[in-house]
Amino acid sequence: MGKKKLSFKDIMVNYGVIIIMILLVIYTGFTSKNFLSGNNLNNILMNMSSRIVIALGIAGCIITAGCDLSAGRMIGFGGCIAGTLLQKMDYSKKFFPDMEPLNIFVALLIVMLICALFGCVTGFFIAYMHVPPFISTMAMMEVVYGINLLYTNATPLGGYTKQYTDIATGKFLGINYLIWIAILVAAITWFIFNMTRHGKYMYAIGGNPQAAEVAGVPVKKTLIIIYAKAAAMYGLAGFMLGAKSGGASVNLGLGYEMEAIAACTIGGVSVSGGRGKVSSAIIGVAVFELLKTALQFLGVNANAQWIALGVIIFVAISLDIRKYVARK
Amino acid sequence: MAEYLLELRGVSKSFPGVKALDNVSLALRPGTVHALMGENGAGKSTLMKCLFGIYKMDAGEVYMNGEKIQVNDPDDAMRHGIAMVHQELQPVPARSVAENLFLGRFPVKKLGPIQMIDHKKMYKDTEYWLHEVKMDFNPKALLGDLSIGQMQSVEIAKAVSHQAKVVIFDEPTSSLSDNEVEALFRIMNDLRDKGVAMVYISHKMDEIKRIADDITIMRDGTYVGTWPAAELTTEQIIAKMVGRELTNVYPERKNEPGEVIMEVNDFCSIHENSFQHVSFKLRKGEILGFGGLVGAQRTELLEGVFGIRGVASGEIKINGQPVKIKRPADAMKAGIGLITEDRRGNGIFGCLSIKDNVGVSVYNKYLKAGFVLDHKSINAVVDDSIKKLRIKTPSMKEHIANLSGGNQQKVIVARWLANDPDILIMDEPTRGIDVGAKHEIYEIMNDLAAQGKAIIMISSEMAELLGMADRVYVMCDGKLRGEITEKEEMTQARVMGYATQF
Repeated sequence: MGKKKLSFKDIMVNYGVIIIMILLVIYTGFTSKNFLSGNNLNNILMNMSSRIVIALGIAGCIITAGCDLSAGRMIGFGGCIAGTLLQKMDYSKKFFPDMEPLNIFVALLIVMLICALFGCVTGFFIAYMHVPPFISTMAMMEVVYGINLLYTNATPLGGYTKQYTDIATGKFLGINYLIWIAILVAAITWFIFNMTRHGKYMYAIGGNPQAAEVAGVPVKKTLIIIYAKAAAMYGLAGFMLGAKSGGASVNLGLGYEMEAIAACTIGGVSVSGGRGKVSSAIIGVAVFELLKTALQFLGVNANAQWIALGVIIFVAISLDIRKYVARK
Repeated sequence: MAEYLLELRGVSKSFPGVKALDNVSLALRPGTVHALMGENGAGKSTLMKCLFGIYKMDAGEVYMNGEKIQVNDPDDAMRHGIAMVHQELQPVPARSVAENLFLGRFPVKKLGPIQMIDHKKMYKDTEYWLHEVKMDFNPKALLGDLSIGQMQSVEIAKAVSHQAKVVIFDEPTSSLSDNEVEALFRIMNDLRDKGVAMVYISHKMDEIKRIADDITIMRDGTYVGTWPAAELTTEQIIAKMVGRELTNVYPERKNEPGEVIMEVNDFCSIHENSFQHVSFKLRKGEILGFGGLVGAQRTELLEGVFGIRGVASGEIKINGQPVKIKRPADAMKAGIGLITEDRRGNGIFGCLSIKDNVGVSVYNKYLKAGFVLDHKSINAVVDDSIKKLRIKTPSMKEHIANLSGGNQQKVIVARWLANDPDILIMDEPTRGIDVGAKHEIYEIMNDLAAQGKAIIMISSEMAELLGMADRVYVMCDGKLRGEITEKEEMTQARVMGYATQF
């Protein structure tokens, strides 16, 4: 067998989207001088941070040949819970007027636990009731949105404590906390994917669920953990987004699930299951953010940018499927 | 008019590595039922699929009424008046009987420039054709709600509505109740009176004797001969089906079986048509064979033992202790391993590496601090089995999909060896792998037996079954029909005798 020489075609199929991106970044960097400035790059990284957390959560679901449409609403829910727990005492429209703001770590823990609980429910329906992930996560999307509406009365939240907004503005070693959080999450996810049984089971279920069952893999348990873990990560992302914008509403995170699924696919997390790395999700998010920013800098009509994003998804998924078909 | 309605001459067909059909001929007289017989893998179904245009024949000609015809796909076959009734051919269970009958040729009516489906005509015509085959049920019923026998009669009605002159029945009665078989035979007799020629594939001797006019026997992809059904006895048919020398050489066994390790008592499936009231014993260091025809429910039985299939009642004892097995994980805890029949379907993880394919069921055993995978030890285990089992691969990181079938099978064997089971169930362990790899698998089996492991082998290859097993159980129709304990008594005729006791 041996190592095959990579042909131009192979390279284009495997890395085409990324190569086009690099060219676009270089071109934009030359034509508009601010694009590659430290400030702008930091901005891009800040934008990427929460999206990486979301994409890594969703990547776990996609690797098991599933998906998670509830991500966006779960982010909004997480952001709103965090918001209600972390408002200043002197804020006039405080949600819980008499409650001292919680410690941010306690608040984060509560957010992640509540989201994980909902993730468990989604996972239960997927694993035990055999509801297809597309449907069950869609159902959860509606449920979570409704609960969030009831919880917040659809009023926007603001007046966050300094401790909370510092998450977005504060720095450690010259790098924003938000970016550190993304790095930490990526590291932990890498560890889970590669160094634990759970990670190996996840790949096995995505590769061939029947074979996983025969090989003694606890398929149902693994699926539930995956959806719960993903939901906890959406909660974290909601927490991060809330800190960044200094407020939250029920529509926080709307549509982010689609962006995250697209990013995973662009990066090489196979929608047919069984394939995908932590780096795939991160690269996908990077491609997406760079594309958006580059198009802005190039002065492309903001409405037309949506078309570019859509085209990228078409191309990336076609190439991904090609890889899969070719291997068979 | 020619003597034969349909003739196949000199049909050959190869699949990668296998010559499935070698110069086979078949001639059908009008108004007769022609039984096509042979062991599993003799090429009966392949021949019919060639005739029906599902497979393209490498060589051979088809004559209809003495005229040469060309059949490229099932559509062509239908146009020439050839129809096939196959139990796996249930086209659209979620749609109505009428829609299935007229699928692809819906009657239409014009409404101005718009063509729309003429439902009234469709239902009326369906009623008519169903009546033709003496089946009066509602054309609007969902196909999926019907019994298998009724679905089959829809297929037959479809064949009749196509004015088919040749109808192929591929094991039509394998899942029918006695009443349904009677109904089928009634329809077949009707068709015979109308001058239709029928091919009837079945292993059930009593049915053949009742319905067939002519019998053609095939063996290993070759044509053995054609006889009037009345001239052959059941014994003669079996003799002609199996009459071949055992050519494969099997490595010599090195040990004698020891005490009983597993006992299965009165095992019943949750499905009525599957295994029922099966009891058997397995000894340490023994290779126990399970013989029978395809569909005898051997796989279902042993997958039931392993916890994959639903079991209604029955008991498993290992080393005298009753064990409860609900899931594969329970079976593994009890020391049982299973190499499944369908390697692609539920054996390998195609998109994962050899290492992950071996490791997936032993990751539990190799942990540091209770949860971190000990990659070093796992690598050592995988490396060791690659060497021991002579798996041909550049590295353990290679995707298993890039290996040959034989090497994939060895990887699965490696997975179970890493698990160190006391009992290993191997379902068709050498299916689809080349001769060299087969021999290596046989040697591995003998070695395991010599180490005191107990092996259950399901094999549809008669030579393999008789060559490898210390003892053989033969199943037919979900029931254990016979046990052959003495090596001298293990003959193909004996096994086939039990295997056809429906």
